[in-house]
Amino acid sequence: MTDFYSLLPALFLGVGGMVLLLGGVLTKASDTTPGITFGAIVLLAVAAVLCWVAPDALLFGGLLKTSLFTRYADSLVYLAAIAALILSVDYNKRERIARFEYPVLVLFAVLGMIVMISAADMMSLYIGFELQSLALYICAAMARDSVRSTEAGLKYFVLGALASGLLLYGISLVYGFAGTTNFAALGEVFRAGARPGTIVGVVFVLTGLAFKISAAPFHMWAPDVYEGSPSSVTALFATAPKAAALALFLSVMAGPFAHLTGQWEMLIQIVAVLSMAIGALAAIGQSNIKRLLAYSSIGHMGYALMGLVTGTAGGIQASLVYIAIYVVMSFGAFACVIAMRRNGQAVEQISDLAGLAGEHPAFAFAFAVFMWSMAGIPPLAGFFAKLYVFYTAFNAGYDTLTIIGIIASIVSAFYYLRVIKVMYFDKGQPGFDKTSAGAGFVMAVGAFATIVFVVIPGPLMALAGEAAKALMG
Amino acid sequence: MNQLGFPILSLITYLPLLGAFLVATLSGDDAKAACKARRIALIFSLVVLLLGVYVWTQFNPAIAGYQFVEVMPWLSGINVEYRMGVDGISLFLIMLTLVLTPIAILASNGIKTRTRSFFAAMLLLETMTIGMFAATDFVLFYVFFEAVLLPMYLIIGVWGGEKRIYAAVKFFVFTLAGSLFMLLAVVWIWRHLGTTNMAVMAHANIPASAQTWLFLAFLAAFGVKAAVWPLHTWLPDAYGEAPVPGTIMLAAVLSKMGAYGFLRFAIPMLPSASASFEPLMFVLGVVAVIYISYVALAQTDMKRLIAYSSVAHMGVIIIGLFTFTVEGIEGALFQMLSHGIVIAGLFICAGIITARGESLALKNLGGLARNMPVFAAALMLFTLANMGLPGTSGFIGEILVIVGALKVNFWVSLLGGAGMVLGVTYSLVLVRAVLFEKYAKPDLAVLKDLTCREYAMLVPLAVLVMWLGVYPSSFTHAFDAPIAALVQAHTAALNPHMALAMVTAK
Repeated sequence: MTDFYSLLPALFLGVGGMVLLLGGVLTKASDTTPGITFGAIVLLAVAAVLCWVAPDALLFGGLLKTSLFTRYADSLVYLAAIAALILSVDYNKRERIARFEYPVLVLFAVLGMIVMISAADMMSLYIGFELQSLALYICAAMARDSVRSTEAGLKYFVLGALASGLLLYGISLVYGFAGTTNFAALGEVFRAGARPGTIVGVVFVLTGLAFKISAAPFHMWAPDVYEGSPSSVTALFATAPKAAALALFLSVMAGPFAHLTGQWEMLIQIVAVLSMAIGALAAIGQSNIKRLLAYSSIGHMGYALMGLVTGTAGGIQASLVYIAIYVVMSFGAFACVIAMRRNGQAVEQISDLAGLAGEHPAFAFAFAVFMWSMAGIPPLAGFFAKLYVFYTAFNAGYDTLTIIGIIASIVSAFYYLRVIKVMYFDKGQPGFDKTSAGAGFVMAVGAFATIVFVVIPGPLMALAGEAAKALMG
Repeated sequence: MNQLGFPILSLITYLPLLGAFLVATLSGDDAKAACKARRIALIFSLVVLLLGVYVWTQFNPAIAGYQFVEVMPWLSGINVEYRMGVDGISLFLIMLTLVLTPIAILASNGIKTRTRSFFAAMLLLETMTIGMFAATDFVLFYVFFEAVLLPMYLIIGVWGGEKRIYAAVKFFVFTLAGSLFMLLAVVWIWRHLGTTNMAVMAHANIPASAQTWLFLAFLAAFGVKAAVWPLHTWLPDAYGEAPVPGTIMLAAVLSKMGAYGFLRFAIPMLPSASASFEPLMFVLGVVAVIYISYVALAQTDMKRLIAYSSVAHMGVIIIGLFTFTVEGIEGALFQMLSHGIVIAGLFICAGIITARGESLALKNLGGLARNMPVFAAALMLFTLANMGLPGTSGFIGEILVIVGALKVNFWVSLLGGAGMVLGVTYSLVLVRAVLFEKYAKPDLAVLKDLTCREYAMLVPLAVLVMWLGVYPSSFTHAFDAPIAALVQAHTAALNPHMALAMVTAK
């Protein structure tokens, strides 16, 4: 029975999602989307509360495991999904892609992420991974009549399927050599070391996960998918799945593969360095704000992985803090992207932002806060996120990695600064549309959290520390 | 907590922030809000000035360590605390900021667009600057040090002159690149010592092999900020393009952040590297003094001429700091205060000319002394102080630096002193081109003399210039103790045997 209590949030989401789907199909009312979106937001909020009430447990004979770590990551996913749904209401309506299926799909994707995060077995990991991916493929192609959106959906599907294939192949190798798929049992097996075949399997698993968080060199899909998908969907892509996949990354590397640190540490270092470098360099030439944010998120994944490299509880804590701050900055930045409308048309070029500061000072200020924060300028939250990972990596003796991180962050400051330059310094045509209430709300919440973090960093730090301890056991 | 039982430093630091918030959220149409915004900004900056004066009266000059200390838990996970405190060194830099901010706000009537944002940015700048001087934990210091960039970037870029965007981006990128190296250096020290408490860091025992690298990292950060030659190239652009109040804050206060950094971090934490880099710093200082003075002489624009003279004076400050003598460092610190006030006065004079619709190209000026006698007197006073005439504040700082340098190296002293002569040259060129000679254009003859607002800006500065020049010990006695302690610690770190002998002799 306790199993079900611990699973309550997930069950609640699954059943609730189906009820909403039925409701959407059966009601005769002309436009059910706002109602269903609202229902989905309520479901997510209730699930978020439930996940903090549900007890820790190892469920279904070791398939799923809930702990403070999963709660921490779940909460980020819920938060991101709620923000993305709030942003979608007005945007989807204006873009005429308001379909009631969208919130339902988001719910199923979130369900998949929850399963992924709580996975304690390779099989449940894969099931969660696929559930969220399939739901998200459809979301990417939601603007059916738009060539770009369809292309994004297809690209995401093909490359995502490749990633899933790699992951599954890796899992099968690991299973073949270790004889089990259970995380705890795997950990025991690898305590004695691993055979080369296992290492190949671990590399494949790592690759599949790196695809999902769009870490370089497995990042190619991200800019195209970000650009092509409707902005409301991109806002989701940049936050919830990233948080979930990174949490999964952490729990796999620090769980079953914990004793193979020597084998994967170098790989993660390479992935982190490449991600930071590509995030910093490739973003410079972008003129589309969504592509810019895509490259920026690739870079951020590199910083977040820096914490994992150390393989200590402190490092995991730094990664967890990083991802939490990243989620908040990202949904804030995408709220700004969604609010970029001129004369009734959504615009995506950075140059379209010219003159924003004169016309909508609050909007421009919020956007500037997110950009500065992503660039890691104190006193904004993004600085502390970087400080924690640099500090832990440097303390663990990864001097070169830290120096590369610092250089990448100087380079990336340049393009974030360019966005601010365009908004504040360049003269532009008037004609920005009024920001919708939803986007304004998300923007304000994000900006507030980003600014105020400097005053009360303690709670998040402490929580992430506890979560990291819960993960490391 | 501290001798007042009240976090007065935090109050001084964050009151302007509250003001910035109030100003930014003012409603109403632009013209009315602009007037209100200016008034609120002025009131807030004056209130914190009064609080600052109160701190000065309560300050005990006999103590070398930090006073009015505040400690609170902050980044608990990584052992960083929120620490504020002042000693004789930072007290006067805070006072300088407090005095100059209201004057810069008064000088901002040329700002016509987005006034609310402008005054919010000015108050934000004040918060960040004071916080930086008052912080005694390194991470906190770094947060403020970097955060200064944000309002300054906007002030240059939004309200600046023609090439404002270029200047703003150059300023930002130069400073950011420099300070990230400092971050790296500090994370290294942090790993080495396990703390970021600056009082502890000052007595750190860092291996000599590492000191070299750390010093270079600090040089990158503080050298850019202090515009040490050859890292100064952002400065003429930034000073030239920023609006007058922005230039005042940049030249008078922000440039001191770099020198303060050398004094607070590089010299006490890295004694052996500081000593081995002494010749390099002397060379940089001397080159700044002589070469930049010539560059200043070649300028055709009043604002840029003053900007280059500022770089030359930073050279004097650097020479003073790296003599490691009490005279030299006191002279440098005194020069920092004096230069802050004098350069602010000079830029205000430039602002007064632009406010009357004239350009600052030297060939378009001339003869202003005839119908603007008070203005001419003020400009003359600040120029004389800038060249270091006895009786003005500039003299005390320069003579102390020269005496300090003489104790260490005759040639440095001689060449640094030669800079004073060159300073006279470009200063006189400036005065002649602006105040005397014929009118370059007929409309210069009808310009009006100072208004009340301009009196309010220039009189306090003029009084301070004279006060510092005539009765310097009312300032120096506050920083005697910390500087004596600094020099002693430096000597002790370099010659452990001698220090031991001194202790036993006592």
